[in-house]
Amino acid sequence: MKINKKKILINILIVSLGLLVILFIQELFMPKYMSEIPEGNLVEEYYKEEKKHDVIFVGDCEVFSNISPITLWEEFGITSYIRGSAQQLIWQSYYLLEETLKYEKPKAVVFNVLSMKYNEPQKEAYNRLTLDGMKLSKYKINAIKASMMENEDLITYIFPLLRYHSRWNDIKAEDFKYIFDKDVQSHNGYLMRIDVKPVGYIPKGRVMADYSFGDNSYYYLEKMAKLCKENDVELILIKSPSVYPYWYPQWDQQIVDFAQDKDLTYINFLDIAKEEIGIEYDKDTFDGGLHLNLSGAEKFTRYFGNILSNDFECPDHRNDEEYKEIWQDKVAFYYAMKEDQEQELKEYGYLKGYGAVAQSIGDDETD
Amino acid sequence: MLFTSYEFILFLIIVFILYYVIPKKFQWMLLLFASYVFYSYAGIEYMAYILVTTISTYLISRQIGSLFLSQEVYLKDNKSELSREERKTYKAKIKRKQRKFLVLCLVFNFGILAVLKYSDFTISNINSVFNLLGLGRKLSPLGFVLPLGISFYIFQTMGYIIDVYRGKYAYEKNIFKLALFISFFPQLIQGPISRFDDLKDTLFTEHSYDSKAISFGLQRILWGFFKKLVVADRLLPAVITIVSNPDQYQGVYVLVGMFFYAIDLYADFTGGIDIAIGVAEIFGIRLKENFERPYFSKSITEYWRRWHITLGTWFREYLFFPISVSKSMLNLSKKGRKRFGDFIGKRIPVYIATILVWLTTGIWHGAAWNFVVWGLLNCLIILISQECIPLYNKFHSRFNVGHTFYYRLFQVVRTFWLMSFIRILDCYRDVGTTFRMYGTIFTKWNWNELFKGSLLELGLSVADYMVLLFAVMLMLCVSLYSRSESFRERIATKPLAVRSILYFVLIISILIFGAYGVGYDSSQFIYSQF
Repeated sequence: MKINKKKILINILIVSLGLLVILFIQELFMPKYMSEIPEGNLVEEYYKEEKKHDVIFVGDCEVFSNISPITLWEEFGITSYIRGSAQQLIWQSYYLLEETLKYEKPKAVVFNVLSMKYNEPQKEAYNRLTLDGMKLSKYKINAIKASMMENEDLITYIFPLLRYHSRWNDIKAEDFKYIFDKDVQSHNGYLMRIDVKPVGYIPKGRVMADYSFGDNSYYYLEKMAKLCKENDVELILIKSPSVYPYWYPQWDQQIVDFAQDKDLTYINFLDIAKEEIGIEYDKDTFDGGLHLNLSGAEKFTRYFGNILSNDFECPDHRNDEEYKEIWQDKVAFYYAMKEDQEQELKEYGYLKGYGAVAQSIGDDETD
Repeated sequence: MLFTSYEFILFLIIVFILYYVIPKKFQWMLLLFASYVFYSYAGIEYMAYILVTTISTYLISRQIGSLFLSQEVYLKDNKSELSREERKTYKAKIKRKQRKFLVLCLVFNFGILAVLKYSDFTISNINSVFNLLGLGRKLSPLGFVLPLGISFYIFQTMGYIIDVYRGKYAYEKNIFKLALFISFFPQLIQGPISRFDDLKDTLFTEHSYDSKAISFGLQRILWGFFKKLVVADRLLPAVITIVSNPDQYQGVYVLVGMFFYAIDLYADFTGGIDIAIGVAEIFGIRLKENFERPYFSKSITEYWRRWHITLGTWFREYLFFPISVSKSMLNLSKKGRKRFGDFIGKRIPVYIATILVWLTTGIWHGAAWNFVVWGLLNCLIILISQECIPLYNKFHSRFNVGHTFYYRLFQVVRTFWLMSFIRILDCYRDVGTTFRMYGTIFTKWNWNELFKGSLLELGLSVADYMVLLFAVMLMLCVSLYSRSESFRERIATKPLAVRSILYFVLIISILIFGAYGVGYDSSQFIYSQF
């Protein structure tokens, strides 16, 4: 059979061109999370980062809302990054950590244990917030497989156009503007909010028939401990000082037992939030106790920074020129955002931007 | 495995690559293996049914075929010794034996279909009778789950055995080839109902990689996806909203429902058939066309020649003709002529055969009174139309309008609405509700609601309607164009750049405007449920 090289070349060219256009459309249709739901950007922002961190935080909103890496830097010279997103399940945290450890070797990894309460995937929308931002890799594939709900397909995560195609009548100017490059929204994974909504009524935890964490949760917690051990990284388990969702004493005891068994550090900051950390729940939270605002996050970070610095001997890089150069821009961005939020509060009486409106709608579900 | 699922696309890619990589003599075996994989995907337990049908049909067709052979040998060996009468008697004896085998096969296989598909319908009717008689008894439904495509493969298989019995072609000696004919995966879900002599020439032969045939097949698949995902599945929520809420949506909404369902069913069914034919085409296999622009039909008889052609052909060849020209029917006709005269007498066999065919067609579509009434209404209109032919002729001899565009347009519109009227019986929950809704078309005058944005309350947005309008117009244009020449052949003559852009636009349209994935209920093909 005579092979017509020219014809083959033209066909390859046409197919490649077609694929390029499809990829372009895919990028256009992907939600940009610029004007609302900034949590959607957290995972992918890490890839733009200089990967030289002493501490990596993994977990759900109780890390990305409650810990400020800028404060850690300013007060202790500790470099850190938060790999967290909304309702980030433990297996997502695990695979994100596995991926992170391929890029860098931090001194410590801090995992917030709230997500232990979820033994199965919860909601497709939350899966997307975490998984869409991950770079295609075996870690992403494993995270998808572990997270998929029934009736979901792996291919829709790999080719998200198959998921977001229905946005064709919802494409906005923002989708074109940020098609190839998006603004950074977080401060090393921390989402800043300066507004205040005091803790009012805190619903008591429902009585449960069984308080045991599921096998799946334990499986990934053990994997995480093993992964850190293999990489010679200290794993610190924490319960962040958010008063809601309810953290049962029975859950706490299981983490205590686990930490003891694996010779890990576990700190329940919720128990010492008021007395030792000094958190005032009438002014240090922006949504009635689910998440800390900037004031609360800075208080908590200062307290935790002391522990990281003294007990875990995280180094102080503040006199290191290389680090200083990187972090001075971050600090400037941090204070500029703080000022902007203060301005908004002054002008409108509430936060208009920063996903505050959308977030307040989703407060009941977000954790 | 839905044709529009990711699993099916992956499955097809794998089978396609293997098909052209393995030695050609194994191609049909690969297709058999693939067909069984495809079938067992719905549940391995259903394999038992298709295997039983395959084995029983094979064994019985072999018996019938062997009788033909032994008859041939016997007649040849005794050619000089047998008188004409003896030969005739011998042939009749063999035919009787063959008939017994045929009846056994038909009863057995149609029996399986009847038990699985109609037992609960029968039980519910028996319970209704018990209730009417005031008896306190109630039979429990058996709750059989209908195996995938059973109505299609049983009909196809029974067509085969009848043809073998009629001596139309020799029986297939290789059971695995027969198994492939019965289970060939593209046609398994919703047809077309193939005939063995039509299919065997391309199904079992070796195929080389033919880029033109493959490209045509892929086009057809894409076009099927477009119809199913962009039109049918997008429109479906509106149809469901209307027919599921008969107390709310009456009058003009019933007409809207009829119109939407006509488009939905056409796009769904022809889309599925396009995919089936296209898939077969990429393997070099030709399936029969099942549609010929049915909505351009000028009468119901013509419509049924152009809609679901292979089912219509099946009923015509294996039910209508055998009944209408059977000995008993001819006797009945003879007696009828004597008693009631020629006019009525000659109509008796045709009427009985027509009623039986439509009753069976209705029941074939579903185990519910809706489908029985649907079949009988079709029958009624066809018979009335036939009886009105002299009247039409008179009209046309007086008014010479028959060939004018407007008259033909009137005929097309009339047939479309008549069929839509009957077809909506598929959708409402029972016959009573359907007739009540028919009534509201005339009693509830609510046309003004259409102009108050009520169409936007049916589960579709303005954007959805825009997409639908564009897509339906495209389908209409392709249909109109195809009247004079093959649209695909026409595209094939265009330069590569033009063709590439056209394919690409189609792919993008499906990807973007298709109603699939999260937020859409990926719906089963409507005809796969029959």
